[in-house]
Amino acid sequence: MNTGFSQADLIAIWLTLRIATVTTLVLLIIGSPIALWLARTGSRWKGPVSAVVALPLVLPPTVLGFYLLIIMGPNGPVGELTRALGLGTLPFTFWGLVVASTIYSLPFVVQPIQNAIEALGPRPLEVAATLRAGPWDRFFTIILPLARPGFVTAAILGFAHTVGEFGVILMVGGNIPGVTQVISVQIYDHVEAMEYTAAHWLSGGMVVFSFIILTLVYSFNRRRKSSGGTYGV
Amino acid sequence: MSRYFSWGNIPVLLVAVGLANTAQAANITIAVASNFTGPIKQIITDFEQQTGNHVRLTLGSSGKIFAQISHGAPFDIFLSADSVKPAALEKRGLTVPGSRFTYAIGTLALWSPRPGVAVKQGAILKSGKFDKLALANPRLAPYGVAAKQVLQSLKLYRALAPKLVMGENIAQTYQFVATGNADIGFVALSQLHHAKGSRWIVPHQLYQPIDQDAVILKAAKNNQAVFAFSRFLRAADARKIILAFGYKIPQ
Amino acid sequence: MAFKVTVRVRYPDFLLDVDLAIAERGVTVIFGPSGSGKTSLLRTIAGLNDTAQGQITFQDQVWQSERIFLPPHRRPIGYIFQESSLFDHMNVRQNLAYGRKRTRDPMTLSEQQHIIDLLGISHLLDRHCGQLSGGERQRVAIGRALFLKPEILLMDEPMAALDFARKREILTLLEQLKADLKIPLLYVSHNIDDVTRLADHMVILAAGKVTRHGPVEQILSSHKMLNSLCDEPFSLLFGQVITPETRHHLTEVSIGDAIIRMPRQKVKKHQEIRLHIHARDVSLTLIRPTQTSVLNILDCHILSIKDPTPDGQCLIELGLHNISIQARISAYSCVQLNLAPGQRVFAQIKAVSLVQ
Repeated sequence: MNTGFSQADLIAIWLTLRIATVTTLVLLIIGSPIALWLARTGSRWKGPVSAVVALPLVLPPTVLGFYLLIIMGPNGPVGELTRALGLGTLPFTFWGLVVASTIYSLPFVVQPIQNAIEALGPRPLEVAATLRAGPWDRFFTIILPLARPGFVTAAILGFAHTVGEFGVILMVGGNIPGVTQVISVQIYDHVEAMEYTAAHWLSGGMVVFSFIILTLVYSFNRRRKSSGGTYGV
Repeated sequence: MSRYFSWGNIPVLLVAVGLANTAQAANITIAVASNFTGPIKQIITDFEQQTGNHVRLTLGSSGKIFAQISHGAPFDIFLSADSVKPAALEKRGLTVPGSRFTYAIGTLALWSPRPGVAVKQGAILKSGKFDKLALANPRLAPYGVAAKQVLQSLKLYRALAPKLVMGENIAQTYQFVATGNADIGFVALSQLHHAKGSRWIVPHQLYQPIDQDAVILKAAKNNQAVFAFSRFLRAADARKIILAFGYKIPQ
Repeated sequence: MAFKVTVRVRYPDFLLDVDLAIAERGVTVIFGPSGSGKTSLLRTIAGLNDTAQGQITFQDQVWQSERIFLPPHRRPIGYIFQESSLFDHMNVRQNLAYGRKRTRDPMTLSEQQHIIDLLGISHLLDRHCGQLSGGERQRVAIGRALFLKPEILLMDEPMAALDFARKREILTLLEQLKADLKIPLLYVSHNIDDVTRLADHMVILAAGKVTRHGPVEQILSSHKMLNSLCDEPFSLLFGQVITPETRHHLTEVSIGDAIIRMPRQKVKKHQEIRLHIHARDVSLTLIRPTQTSVLNILDCHILSIKDPTPDGQCLIELGLHNISIQARISAYSCVQLNLAPGQRVFAQIKAVSLVQ
């Protein structure tokens, strides 16, 4: 009976952390402008765009994974583009998983940021604009510091959700050790292969990890509320 | 009349009719490894027509079904993709003793959905002119074990290791190839019943036989319909269907 | 025209449609009831209203035209919002520096110190914005805008959120600023006191349209206009200090050819000032009173007598050389004295207040 983590488990853990870190960064870079636009716009496209962002919340991961496999495959539009750029196709690669996880975790990042910016209201940005700050300047000196709790929550949730991601990765990953074999897939394999002890170690680790992350998010948000941080008058 | 009849009674009537029906024909629930999807559907249709029994079908990977049965899933018969799992269930006393038999022997095929790919005799494997080769995960799927054995027999396993992508089961492996994300893949010949493209039926001497065993589970020990189904699976009509999908059958 | 604003902004319920040449010097108060489009006009000028159509040119710069829309951060403005809108994640010093750091020609240290002293905020610099009172916040916000060295200052009812005492404090400050600043100030208000104390020019807005526009003396010399802007009738007189302090500690001011005396004020000789006289503080006699403590008795003639109000008051317009003042007396007195237009009367002014 083996205890602790096998070499393959450790590789999976390290890979998962790398994917989640890169995905979180990509999510913040892509999610922030989307959140900013959604928080500010009065456009009639707001509804449809919000819906698209929220789709991964309601769609089964297998649906997403299936379409990603087709779209990013050699005959899909994204696959043709990546091949034309000399990048090959994305499924079964590290970056393929980053793309899949980014799409899958997008609502978890966009919504906290959007809520934080909406709570801020337009006034601080208008004030900054009259003080000679351009759009980028305003983002970094006003939105980022004032909506920081939203960004922190978004980053934590995005990271945790990517770590916990399974269905989509199973569909587009191809289970390659060190490349696409992440913790959740490794757990699945352990269960399938009847290696229940190994599965317990990884699964237990995930439960503890998720608990810690969520505790952090909730205590962070509560501390913020009690400290008041209202803006304006 | 109207005093005794109202539309509100209809559900009650329907339930009564439903109960009457089940009293005559039995329900059986079978769990089947996904590589056998094609044949089992035809066999079930025939069985239901001939006996009037109703069959509920659960498809999945053998590993998952095994785990579910171990934890009390209410299946009557288990058609595994290997012989190991039914034997393990037998050992744990979860089956009807003596009910285990090999219903099919799997055949492995190397496949590409594109025509004109040099899959014959595994030529493409030797040339290495492909990007990704899909196979089922050998840790989990008997077809994966067989695929690995083929590569080892051809002394290509180490060389091709970087190009391997693994499906969790043979169905997912098929999906990788069908969507073009893997150029070629080792799949079950049974999956290629309607598929076009290029295929190489891998000679059986290159891998250990994929004996696919069925077993009746303990919960069904008094269900005659289940035993009827087990017999049906070995009868001529079913054998014809199984052979047609590219499986072999033990003598 | 140097500062020309021709804009249309369509709202669901009304249309702001303005064509204005705004004075390049002094304080222009945009006056009107709430909902008349004052703030909308100011925001449009600042570039905060991207649905506005039209043309805005300031000196030789085009801020907005059919093809050009200069975003707010490129317009050389200073903007004071209704509530102070300090950045709460920065302290006072950082708030002040935010705009200054972003200007092309930043203000020198001594210029900064001058403004800090003028605003009386030097003791607040290291405070956190959450610790400031409403008046202090607004003073910092004004300083922050001045630190930009703006070419025009836009103020949107900067005292609306303040209590009476803070209001007076800021108003006094604005009066000092007005004397100190060489740039135009555009000031939105619905309070007539702001107008009488600050305005050099006035734009009166109603339902999105300009109804009157011009120098404040011209607009407010019409009592009809004044009374339409304010519930309590008064006269606003524009004069010049003749003697800041007489032997008897009085200040003498000339209003046209008349002289008004008032308890000593802190003013300088020849200073232009404004006097505010409530109509109810003016009483009339038919013969010049001799034995009275009232300081100012003016020899006038009646220009017009308005019909009595339901509470028995008559508003009488009096001519005094080339100016006019209002008096409010009871309808009873009006009948007793048998007053009629053209008649000579003596106005006793019981109280005069200095506006500026």
